[in-house]
This record gives sequence, C-alpha cells and structure tokens, in this order.
Amino acid sequence: MVDGVAIGALPVGGQGRNHVAWWGALCLIATEASLFAYLLFSYAYIALQNGSAWLPERHPSLALALPDTGVLLLSSVAVWWGERGVIQGRRGQHLAGLSIAIALGAIFVAVQMVEWSQKRFGLASSSYGSLYFTITGFHMVHVVVGMIILATLLGWSIAGYFGPRRHTPILIGAAYWHFVDVVWLFVFTTFYVTPYLG
Amino acid sequence: MVGFPFAGGAWPMTYLRTDGPRADPATALTWALIGLSVFVVVLITLLVGVGVALRRRRGLAAADAPIEPQGDGIAWLTIGFALTLVALGATLVWTMAALAAIDSPGRPAAVTIEVTGHEWWWEARYLGAGPDDSFTTANEIHIPVGEPVKVLLKGADVIHAFWVPALTGKTETIPGRTNLTWLQADHAGTYRGQCAQFCGLQHAHMAVYVIAQPPAEFEAWRLGQLAGAAAPSDPDAMAGQAVFAAHCGECHTVRGTPAHGSKGPDLTHLMSRRTLAAGAVPNTTGGLSGWIANPQALKPGAKMPATFLSGPQLVQLRAYLETLR
Amino acid sequence: MRGLESTRKPKLVTIDGDYPGARLEAIWGAEPGLKGWLSSVDHKEIGKRYILTAFAFLILGGLEALVMRAQLAGPELRLLTPEQYNQLFTMHGLTMIFLYASPILTGFSNFLWPLLLGSRDMAFPRLNALSYWIYLAAGLFLYAGFVTGHGPDDGWFNYVPYASRAYDAGVNIDVYALGLILLGISTSVGAANFVVTFLQTRAPGMSIGRVPILTWGTLTASVANLLAVPSVSLAFFLLWMDRQFGTRFFATAGGQPLLWQHLFWMFGHPWVYAIVLPAMGMVSDGLPTFCRRPLVGYTAVALSTVATMALGFGVWVHHMFATGMPSLALSFFSGASLIITLPSAVAVFAWTATIWTGRPVITTAFLFFASMIVLFVIGGVSGFMTASVPVDWQLTDTYFVVAHLHYVLIGINVFPVVGGIYYWFPKMTGRLLDERLGQWNFWTMFVGFNVGFFPMHILGLLGMPRRVYTYAYGMGWSGLNLLVSVGSLLFAIGVLLLLVNVVVSLKRGARAGADPWGAPTLEWAVASPPPSYNFAVIPIIASRHPLWEAQLGNDGAGARSQLSHGYLLDQGRETLGTTPLDARPNLILEMPEDSLAPLLLTLGLCGLFIGGLAHAWWLAALGGLVVFGALLDWLWPRLIHADLEKANG
Repeated sequence: MVDGVAIGALPVGGQGRNHVAWWGALCLIATEASLFAYLLFSYAYIALQNGSAWLPERHPSLALALPDTGVLLLSSVAVWWGERGVIQGRRGQHLAGLSIAIALGAIFVAVQMVEWSQKRFGLASSSYGSLYFTITGFHMVHVVVGMIILATLLGWSIAGYFGPRRHTPILIGAAYWHFVDVVWLFVFTTFYVTPYLG
Repeated sequence: MVGFPFAGGAWPMTYLRTDGPRADPATALTWALIGLSVFVVVLITLLVGVGVALRRRRGLAAADAPIEPQGDGIAWLTIGFALTLVALGATLVWTMAALAAIDSPGRPAAVTIEVTGHEWWWEARYLGAGPDDSFTTANEIHIPVGEPVKVLLKGADVIHAFWVPALTGKTETIPGRTNLTWLQADHAGTYRGQCAQFCGLQHAHMAVYVIAQPPAEFEAWRLGQLAGAAAPSDPDAMAGQAVFAAHCGECHTVRGTPAHGSKGPDLTHLMSRRTLAAGAVPNTTGGLSGWIANPQALKPGAKMPATFLSGPQLVQLRAYLETLR
Repeated sequence: MRGLESTRKPKLVTIDGDYPGARLEAIWGAEPGLKGWLSSVDHKEIGKRYILTAFAFLILGGLEALVMRAQLAGPELRLLTPEQYNQLFTMHGLTMIFLYASPILTGFSNFLWPLLLGSRDMAFPRLNALSYWIYLAAGLFLYAGFVTGHGPDDGWFNYVPYASRAYDAGVNIDVYALGLILLGISTSVGAANFVVTFLQTRAPGMSIGRVPILTWGTLTASVANLLAVPSVSLAFFLLWMDRQFGTRFFATAGGQPLLWQHLFWMFGHPWVYAIVLPAMGMVSDGLPTFCRRPLVGYTAVALSTVATMALGFGVWVHHMFATGMPSLALSFFSGASLIITLPSAVAVFAWTATIWTGRPVITTAFLFFASMIVLFVIGGVSGFMTASVPVDWQLTDTYFVVAHLHYVLIGINVFPVVGGIYYWFPKMTGRLLDERLGQWNFWTMFVGFNVGFFPMHILGLLGMPRRVYTYAYGMGWSGLNLLVSVGSLLFAIGVLLLLVNVVVSLKRGARAGADPWGAPTLEWAVASPPPSYNFAVIPIIASRHPLWEAQLGNDGAGARSQLSHGYLLDQGRETLGTTPLDARPNLILEMPEDSLAPLLLTLGLCGLFIGGLAHAWWLAALGGLVVFGALLDWLWPRLIHADLEKANG
C-alpha cells in the first residue's frame, strides 16, 4: 500500500521505455546535442565575425549532400520499421529494418567521403575549412558509432535476445540513430542552406 | 576627482581616486557599491551572529532538543527579496547611467594614439594629420591635460589589456581586431598603468606610464618626438652607433638612421623615458647598462636576448644611447 | 530463477529482528580482496573514494597555493621563476576547480543520495564506478604532466592565443586539453546517473516536493553539466586540433581568439554554480537539523536553486566585459548578472530565518553551516559589484576578483563540505568527530581564511593585478601581501586540524548510533555505517521529514511514513523504481553485480588519451578497442528472449 493505494505486479528489470537505460540514453542524447549546438555556435560566431567574403563557395553544390540527406532520412525510416518489427514480434521485419539502416548508413558515409575529396579546401587551409571538416567529421563519427551500435544490436537480435517483452536496447539504438539524423539536418542547413540565404 | 584624498603616491595603482571624465563616473558608483556591500555584510553578519546568540539552546545535545518551529519564517523571505530587488534595481539604473556617461568624451579627441600590446611592452604610435606628423614611441605616453585622448588598441601577439587605473578601465588588445578606449587627465601628473590580462612569463612586468602635461609642454614634447635622432659627435658615441647597428638594429628602430627593426621598442628618443623594459628597470646609467648586458637577469623570459658585448663596446653603446634624447 | 519473470508483485514485510538483513547482506555484500575492491559498484564505497581523492587534490592544490604565497609575501622576490609560478597558479586553479570542488560534492552525493531517497543504490552502479575511475585517471594524467615539468601554464582559463602552439610550444597545453576532455567524460556520465536516479529510484511516496534540498542541488548541477560540459570539451578539442593539425579555429586565416573565451565561459559560468549549489543543499539539509526545525521556505529554496542555475546560463559574457563588446551586449549581461543575485539571496534569507525561528544547538557542524552564510554574503556582494560594467572595468583582473572567487569557493563549497564532514562522518564511519578539536578546527579555519583572503579585496581596490608572479616596490601592496600569506598559512593549519581530527576519530572517536543528531531525513534511519543493502525494506514516505513526523505532527495528509514496513525486494540485487513526480512504484530495478568493466574501460580510455598526447596512434587505436570490448561486456544482454517467453508460458 502506498498512500492507501494497492500496487499490483511490476515489470522486473524494465519494459520498453520504462527502463533506467532509456532515461540514461536520453541524457546521453542531451549532452551530445549540446555538443553539436556548440559546434554550430562556433560556426555562426566565426562566420559573423568574418563577413560574407569568408565563404569559399558562394553557393555550395547540393549534388551530393541533398541525396545523402535523403539516404539518412530513409535509414531512420528503416530503423523505425525494424523497431516496430521487434515490438510486434515480427522477426523478419525486425532484422531487415536494422540491416537496411546499416547499409544506408554506410552509403551515407561513402557519399560524404566522396564529397570531402572533392572540396578544394582542407582542414587547415582556413577557419571555414577547419569548421567544415570538423563539424561534418564529428557527425560522421556519430554515424559510424551508430552503425556499430545497430550492428551490435543486429547481432544480438539474431542470437535471439530481443522480442516483444524485452527490446529496450533496440529503442535506445533507434533513438540514437534518429538523433544523429536530426543533427544532420541542422548541419546540412548550416553549411548548405544558409549560404543561399545571404 | 572623486573619492577620499589618499596620500599622494602611496598607492599609484588605486582607482578609488581617479581623474578625468572617463573614470570618475565609475569611481562614484564603485564607492556607492562598496558602501552598500559593506552595509549588507554587516547586516547579515549581525543577523546570523545575534540570531545564534539569542536563539541558541544550551545544555541539551542536538538529538535531545525538541523540534519546535516558531512560525513559518516566510516574512524573512519576502522582505529580504523585496529589499534585494530594490537595491539591484537602483544599481542597474546607476550602472546604465555611468556606462552612458563614460562611453565617449562628447567632443573630438585632441590626440589619437594607436597602442599595440606586445609580449611584454607597449608600442604607442601617435597618429597625426599625415605620416610626417606621426611617430612611434614605447611604454611612456604623454597627453595634454584636460583633453580627451582616443586610444586604438591592437594586439601583436597574445591578448593583453591596457589599463591606467586613475584614468580609464581595462580594455583588451586582441590580435586581429582593433578595440577602442579613451582617457582624459584633468590634472597634470604621472599616472601608472599595467597590463591586466595574463599574457605569459613577464605579464607582471608590463607597466605603462601616462604623463599628462599642460598643452604647451605636451606640444613641445610631441615635436621633440617627431624629430629623428641627431647624429652623434662624440667619438665614443659614434663608435656606439656602429655597435648599435650591428647588434640592435635588427629589432629596434632609431629614426634618422638605418636601424629600423620592429620587434622591440622604438628607441629614437630613449632618454626621454623614465624607465626601461616597460617599467621593470629605471632608465639610469646603471639600469641601462645592466639591461643591455643581461636582460634575462632583470626580466627572465623577455624577448631581448643577451648581447654578449665586451666592456668597451658596452661603454660606447651606452654613450650613443645617451644621445637619443 | 532470477530475472525470468517479467512481472512480479513486490512483497511487503515488516522488519523483525535480524530479518531480512542476513539474506540481503549475502546478496549485496562486497567480494573480499583486491578483486572485490577493484570491481565494487557500491555507491557508498565510490562516494568515499571520491571524497578521499578530492581531499588529496585539495591538499595538493593548497600546497601549490602556499608556495605561491611564499613567493608573493614580499615585492620582487625570486623564490620562483616566472615559468614555475605560471605552472603553479594554473595547477592550483585547475586542481581546486576541477579535481576538488566538483568531485567532493559528487562524493557526498554519491554516498548520500540512495540513503536520502530510500533506495539501495544509484540507477547505474557500474556507471558510478566508471565516473570515479575516469576522474582518478584524469587527475593523474594532469599531474603526470605537472610533475615532469610539463604542467599547463596559461591559467585554468587557458586563453588563446597564448595557449596556441606559437606561444606555448611544449606539451603543457596538450596535457591540459586532453586531461580535461577525459575528465569531462567522468562529469557527464556522473551527471546522467544523478538525473536518472532522481527521476526513477526514489522511495514510494517521496514525491518531488519531499526530496531533500541536497538532491535538488545536485540534480540541478547535473542537468547543467550535461548541457555545459560539452562546451569546454569542445573548446579544448578545437584547441588541440589547432595545436596538432594546424586548424584555424582560434587564430589567423579567419580564426577568432574570442571564440575560445565564449566557449570556455559558456561552460565556466554554469560550472561555478554546479560546484556550489549541491553544497548549498548540504547546508539547507544540515542547518535545520541543528536549528531543530524544518528549513524555512523549502519550495522557495528549491525553486531558487533551479532558477540560479538557469540564469547561470545567461551571464557568461560578464567574464568578458573588457574584450571590447558592443554596448547592448554589455548592458544585457550586466543586467542578467545583477538579477542572478536574487535567487541566491533567497537561500540566505531562508537559512537566517531558520536560525531565528528555531532553537539552534551549537556543534562544529552547525558552526561551519552558519558561518557559511556570512562568507556567502561577502562573496556574493563582491560578485554583485563586478556585475556593474563600469565598475568591473576597474575590478576585473585584480585581486578583488581573487578575493571574490575564494570567498565563494571556500565560503560556499569548502565550509559546507567541512560542515558536511562533521555532520555525516558518523553515518559513514560509525564514529563521531571530536567536538573540542572541531572547535579549534573551525576557529582556525574561519580566522585564517578571513585574515588570508579579506585583504585581497583591498589589494584589488589598490590596483594589484592578478596572475602576477611578483609585484613592484612602492605600490602599497607589500604589507597586505604579507598579511595574506600569513593568513593563508593559518588557514592551512586549520585544514590540517580537520585531517588530524579525522585520523584520530577514525580510531578513537565516540561510537555513533543510527541518528546521533536527531535529524529528520532517511539516511538517519539506517545503521552507522549503513549495511551494504542500505534499507532492509524500501520505506514508504509521507513527508519531507520522515524521522520528525512524530514531533512535528503530520503534514496534514493523515499518513505517516513507514520505515520498518515496506517492500522487501530480495530476489537478487534489486531496488524499487518509481514515477518521476509522485514516486508511485512502477518498476523493479535489477542492479548489477560487482564488475571490472568500468576499470577496464577506463584503462582503455587512458590508452586512447595517452596515445593522443604522444601522437602514438597505435596506442590510441588499441585503447579504443579495449573501450569497445569493455562496453560489450558491460552491455551484453542477460536474457535470451525465448527463455523469457517459455518461463511465462
């Protein structure tokens, strides 16, 4: 009895989002989000102090970055689909969703590396170059870490650790992946959209 | 001038007593805030001390003393909060007023000086009507009494801060940008300043002197500084000029000679200054000799290397330098 | 078999004699020997380690200060070279601010939180161990640089361009940069642990308005740290990049030196509140015990804690008033810096009111808590003065600010901490500290501190700049500096007396029962020291002052807290999970066994960071692999889902 109210059976360990690990993951996401906020602040500060001649490319090409954004968004859909699969007990959907997301993540990274190689400035050539490669690089590292997380989850999924009653790690992995996706939207807007806005 | 009349030069770096419209409004506010702060501290100390003395329970251990709240005490919070709010509001208003008062002199500057902070000395370039009317000196800045002086602040290497407490608050010198401050001395005298942002090994020995003179004397000084160095006639000094060209010209400038280095201070009128090494060494025969012979002993870490001159070379060099009035 | 049931109704029992202590001791007790010591995840053990380590750093930082004060005792002394002095003042600052001030509060919070909240451990016991090991590693990393003559030497604030490779070529700054990033990991994971513990592991009935103020303080600081630490970690990372790879964040080719100051102070200002708010919470919880009444204005104090921290994110530019900012920015940040005084003031009035409307019993702990109010106000008013921009343009970078920061740090962190030691030492060790020696301790510290640091206000007003290894004759500073040096020595002796008291009392102190002070909160309901499982049954809470309910009457709800009748939870290491606001039970938490994974992960991180420092990339990669391996072991799921399905039919 608590304050006169009887309590019934409680989940043991945790269930879905009712789990300490879920809250912990949200804290991790909050701190990583702050990191990206400070990175983008650095860009904004340096950009404002320098004026418009600072941009090496008045209108950066979207030929690779825009489709790449689509790839990453699709991968989030795949993760979401796989997450629904495990919650509903559909093993095929569960494993496929994770696998597709990892593959799309790999494509994102590969396309970005191509884009990097095409840039005519380097990490140390100017403050813009330093910011560009560092910020997109930080993001890429997060994508790679996300892929490792998803791959590990995939391995555990294949081994049968997860199902409708136990799947909190999948929820966490998915949340992390969506977070990385949202960060990319901010990074993309900063580097590829704001120059067009003048 | 505001504030208690502290004894003459006993505290050359205090800003409790200042001079001129750039500093005085802030000084009045400073004294007011000191007064308010002291009042608050005394009040709270009394409240806590007297409270403990009056309310304490003797003779019982804590665990045995009964739990007996006397009222909810919320009035303390509301009254305290209200009083604090009033004090803060008044401070904010006065702060904005003082800030506005010292923002600019309200009339054009009589003199404009571009001050550049170096590790660990101050370059001062007086900007005249044109390049022929401009000159560079170091560490000792003269200004006319009663006139606003505009100071442009630049950074040569790391961040320093220009500060002459009796005349103006601190402003940093930041490489890559130009900051702006101003000052005005309403009374003639010597005002000491010092670098106020940690800048490395000799941050502690980076003083600057501002000497306010009546306008006629200032003009005489300015014209003297504008002129190049006179050629020496004494044989020792002439030999010393050769020593200078060989050992010092790479870093130092003496206008009117081939020496035009810019890593160290302009020495064209070295003898017109009262100190060397940004206030670290007096500009006397002994001081000058010691500084040249072994700068690292007097200001370890200073960028001026030991010159390994022989005794006679040193004597000749000093004879030459003493012609740079 | 443990863990196979996916739901269970927790058993309600009444404590009876030895039941259920022995069974719980077998479940929660530590493994003996070195392995047990290295793999412990017990919050009480980790808390004590934090406290001891933080005190060790406090002493190191104090010794550094005493050497500096010897050099500054007279004008133009040459006991130290400028380089030595610069490393000393930098190490003193970073030791005190990073290696003492935050970890000591983490240590107290770690030890106390589960006991205060009615839980058997923190939400993440292994993460707890990790945050300690990383802290220790980072401290050793930083000091390894110092003792080999490569200590950071650009102040704890480390401004560029001086910190760039062009002006500071050795590894000194790299040691600082990487050491701080490593430490930031410890702070961040610790912060996450506190946040989740607060939200999910309080005893049933301990609604959000019933938690001790200490938990509000640490919670607020933890949320702030999650959001603020990345700023400084990023700043140091970008600096490290500039120094190793020639990137252009802070200098030339469009780089901006002021960016460093913004990033540093966007972290730095919230940080200074993070290192005092938990200590203020200690006073808010401890002072009322000795005043024999609950804290005046609990809700106001809790709200003011959060408000101070929130406002603390909006004032960072007041560290940059002299950089040539536009007037609008100056006005805004000046105003905000004045406003932030208000919530801090609320706590001062609450404590004063608690004294006046209570009947204080004077003990050493009480003296430290009460004197803190005065020191807080002195530190507060000097800070208030610097909030006014035109005044700050004279005060900043002088000894006035040195006075201010020491009054706030020693007054609002050290004094409450020492009070906390006197207060909670019996709970941690089962023995009381000696009161006679405590009186000597208090007065020596109090007098020594004020003699040592009050004159710094005057030195500042007389124009003495800070961060100088020496000063000129004839400035009127010499006598005051000598007084400061003498006072500091007296203060150090006071700290020594504390250590003596601790050492002596550990062996010969009077034995303490569960509740030697007659205090109100839950930690005093368990034995001193507490058993490994904290609570034999998870209690059910009905007010802010469970142990005072009989004397206070109740809170009007009609219910009384139940401390010996509660939830058993003995099917392995378990505690109760509850909802964030009302603390209704909603989960049985499975707590981990002792594990070496946190230590191994830390060793991996050491490899990563040492490799980075030395440009030994193979070592960094190896370290990374060890980190990954430790994480896999740590996070490996324990349950094949199919078995779970089978067990439940």
